[in-house]
Amino acid sequence: MIDTSYQHKTHQPLVVEQLNDTDYEVRAQDTMCVNESHLQHKWYHNIKYAIVGIIFGIVFTKAEVISWFRIQEMFRLQSFHMYGVIGTAVVVGMISVWLIKRFNIKTIYGEKIEFHPKKFNKGQIIGGLIFGLGWAMTGACPGPLFAQIGTGALVALVVLLSAVTGTWVYGYFRERLPH
Amino acid sequence: MIELLKQPWPWYVAGAFVGLTVPALLILGNKHFGISANLRHACAACLPTNIKFFKYNWKKEMWNFFFVGGILLGAFLATQFFSSPDPIQVNQTLVEELKGYGINDYSKMIPAQIFSFENLFSIRGLVLLVGGGFLVGFGSRYAGGCTSGHSIMGLSDLQKPSLSFMVGGFIMANLLLPFIMKL
Repeated sequence: MIDTSYQHKTHQPLVVEQLNDTDYEVRAQDTMCVNESHLQHKWYHNIKYAIVGIIFGIVFTKAEVISWFRIQEMFRLQSFHMYGVIGTAVVVGMISVWLIKRFNIKTIYGEKIEFHPKKFNKGQIIGGLIFGLGWAMTGACPGPLFAQIGTGALVALVVLLSAVTGTWVYGYFRERLPH
Repeated sequence: MIELLKQPWPWYVAGAFVGLTVPALLILGNKHFGISANLRHACAACLPTNIKFFKYNWKKEMWNFFFVGGILLGAFLATQFFSSPDPIQVNQTLVEELKGYGINDYSKMIPAQIFSFENLFSIRGLVLLVGGGFLVGFGSRYAGGCTSGHSIMGLSDLQKPSLSFMVGGFIMANLLLPFIMKL
């Protein structure tokens, strides 16, 4: 007996969940990075993102992007390294997104790749400023934070917990903050 | 080959890989690259209370937990199997400045003289780690994203970027940090 349920899902990418129409709006609030897919998959489909993460973590560590020292150099204009990393990443990302749009490249499930322009708001300026202050203190933006823990610096768990608290407090006061 | 991998990798290799994460996540399943969102999903999953901002189907963003789990594991593998035995090379001016704050250990990615459980409960440690972490979490969500989502994903999609986080970093590193480091 062949299990056809999986096949059914991949060949018919229209298993759209239309029940949660407003859920997307809340989910995408103040967030760039969301799941734009309308498909639903079993949990193990997520393993492929873990593999991308592993490669990403190795690169981050080996290029010392997760180093507190490199961040200090960056903010003192003492090294080109971090500017080179971020600059190259932006250029490569831009070309990739352009190619995806130009050639209408689909996901591996055959779904159209979606982009939603975000509205600009004051929060991006104020929030960015606050975020920058924290970045120079901890030497880690959220990505490297997870990597620092991986290198064995378990004290970074405290930083992570504190960052989650900060996010929660933002959510609590969100309505009262200028946007 | 292994010897080459053990060296610190140049910026263009790292930049290319980080940039390629954008199309990789898009093509694998319409996922938009961004890491700070995980902090929010953690709130939504653990303590949404009655805050509207945290009431959404976080399971839909489960992929991102797998992604950061991978980052953690990748960093572990890199440290265990091909880490460079040499201390980190940094700008001499910075070395001089940090020496004044009692920081001279370059054997790890992060200075042991700040990032350790012994130093966590000093005033300096609390301000830098707990305070800094709080600002990262609060600020990145207020801004609508951190470096990955905001700059890299956002700019890739030609969205107007907010570069104020660089300003925040310059202010902290050059104006405020000298005081905090002396605490």
